[in-house]
Amino acid sequence: MDSDMNSISSEDDFLDQDSDLSLEQGDADSDFDGDEDGDMMGFESQDKIMKPGRKAYEVEFKVYSPKDIQAYQSKQVTEVSSILGQPPEATAILLRYARWNKERLIESYMDKQEEVLEAAGLSENEGNTSKIKKVKGFSCDICCEDDEDLDTFAMKCGHRYCVDCYKHYLSQKIKDEGEAARIKCPGDDCNRVVDSKSLDLLVSTDLQDSRYQELLTRTYVDDKDNLKWCPAPNCVFAVDCSVKARDLERIVPTVHCNCGHGFCFGCTLNDHQPAPCSLVKRWLKKCEDDSETANWISANTKECPRCNSTIEKNGGCNHMTCRKCRHEFCWMCMGVWSEHGTSWYNCNRFEEKSGSEARDAQAKSRQSLERYLHYYNRYANHEQSAKLDRDIYQKTERKMMSLQTTSGMSWIEVQFLEAASKALQECRQTLKWTYAFAFYLARNNQTMIFEDNQKDLEMAVENLSEMFEKPVDALSDLKVEMMDKTSYCTKRRVILLTDTAENLKAGKGNLLEASEMLELERNSYPWDE
Amino acid sequence: MSAPTKRIVKELTEITQNPPAGCKVRLPDESNIYNWEILMDGPADSVYAGGHFKIALTLPHDYPFKPPSINFRTKIYHPNITNDDKGAMCLGMLRPDQWKPPNKLMAVIVLIQNLLSKPEPDDAVEQGIADAMKNRRAEFEKTAREWTGRYAGR
Repeated sequence: MDSDMNSISSEDDFLDQDSDLSLEQGDADSDFDGDEDGDMMGFESQDKIMKPGRKAYEVEFKVYSPKDIQAYQSKQVTEVSSILGQPPEATAILLRYARWNKERLIESYMDKQEEVLEAAGLSENEGNTSKIKKVKGFSCDICCEDDEDLDTFAMKCGHRYCVDCYKHYLSQKIKDEGEAARIKCPGDDCNRVVDSKSLDLLVSTDLQDSRYQELLTRTYVDDKDNLKWCPAPNCVFAVDCSVKARDLERIVPTVHCNCGHGFCFGCTLNDHQPAPCSLVKRWLKKCEDDSETANWISANTKECPRCNSTIEKNGGCNHMTCRKCRHEFCWMCMGVWSEHGTSWYNCNRFEEKSGSEARDAQAKSRQSLERYLHYYNRYANHEQSAKLDRDIYQKTERKMMSLQTTSGMSWIEVQFLEAASKALQECRQTLKWTYAFAFYLARNNQTMIFEDNQKDLEMAVENLSEMFEKPVDALSDLKVEMMDKTSYCTKRRVILLTDTAENLKAGKGNLLEASEMLELERNSYPWDE
Repeated sequence: MSAPTKRIVKELTEITQNPPAGCKVRLPDESNIYNWEILMDGPADSVYAGGHFKIALTLPHDYPFKPPSINFRTKIYHPNITNDDKGAMCLGMLRPDQWKPPNKLMAVIVLIQNLLSKPEPDDAVEQGIADAMKNRRAEFEKTAREWTGRYAGR
């Protein structure tokens, strides 16, 4: 698998140890290449991604600042420039054209140089050099000015315009349209890309330093599959992770940006371990469509014991007549109304046969709906509690302050509170997704183990959460207990995530077949049956 | 005279002195050279033959660095023109990413004329009309002629 690492390093050497950038999280000993490998990437590659010493649910990643990325781009440009014998400005355009796939670029350039240059917008046209000059008898085709001493500019393609128009064109592209890497010559039908030398001549250093460089970096990250911007608001970092789209059924690649935000590298949503991206997408869509409706139906309606139509009770009377099949029954016991005799409006006939049969049928038709609600309500509850936990986290700091004054504890001694609240947040996030995950699980032994793990974590979390609500002056006495509970929560979470990740990775998952999932999602409604 | 004004006046002079066949161009408000009005005859070889279409051509303040916008003021049954009160057309050189500053308004007018002669159903804004044109040609032509008679008569 590694045999194709030759002297020309693959595009993935962003991750290589010989890259002499100083990188924050870089353990600098990863050596996986294989971006272009085919389906050979089986379990082995995943074992490589799951770095030894890391937990089964953790993936290797690095965080880069815009500066790192810029420096890395320059390094690549210099390297390729010497191989191709093209100046750095042109090489940068070629690399962007090839979406930074060095090997493919070099190969195709050696093969058909002219075509590549043409396609990248660099075709040669002798006789012109890119510099500003005055031309006799010139009239600008953009502004129609024809002053004798008008400064003009053209690239090698020879499309000449006055410097003012050229400048205006470029800065408008950069400022208004957010273009940088692939701005074309203003000439009608000309595909030549404006190179950095021309930009240096025409665009103010201010604009270049700020916006232009930023846009180039943006394009670079967008072009590379192994790089993604951290989605947190105002965060400037990008994360490098080699988990591929095809691995996402088996790996949930949660990464942690330097800004503190934890997100999934696969779908860039907030961390959703242990549920894989595809399930998360399904689940969110289902909840968006259904949860409100489902809850309301569950609380306010029943099915007609005869025709199964869903019925909402619209008055106080228990004597129901189904609009559809005219069946008359009692709302309370679901039995046939005529059997009620004279004891109307006072149903006490729970043991009656017709009633209990009707209730059994009712329960059956509600099974799928109740199953969905079971998972949804727990999912939603953890989400809500996580929000409350965030509030607590903010209060924590104030609590810590007051603890320091009331108990005389030092700042370092009250850190246990921060740790506890952080653990709470993490665990709730995980718990929330365990319920979405469980909705799509088949019933078997593994599911029981999963649910035991889930239950253990949930109990630990609720215990810790409860302690958090104790009055401030009681907290210092609870320090040891709270620290124990915090580490217990964290331990339970690691166990749950490790177990689930290992099963998922090994393909031993107990997930339902896609068709079964679809049926489950559909059948949550009684009227669909 | 500012740079864009010089160019606009030059273009306007050229077009009014030597307009493309079947077209008249005027400024509804002489003091505003950014709003043009085009009166275009439906091309003889098209389903719009016999119609007279009023088209508003609006220049952005950043013209010629941004493309003009085109709005049909006369209702028209055409896959590339929105069937609403805007009557907008946006394809080819009229798209912001394809427009180049040296492009001329004469070329824009010719583009519109060509599009009336040969609509492009594969780049449609009105999918229903495009489908009709591709799959139910006779019905498309009938409706287009009807609309032309009803809305674009003298």
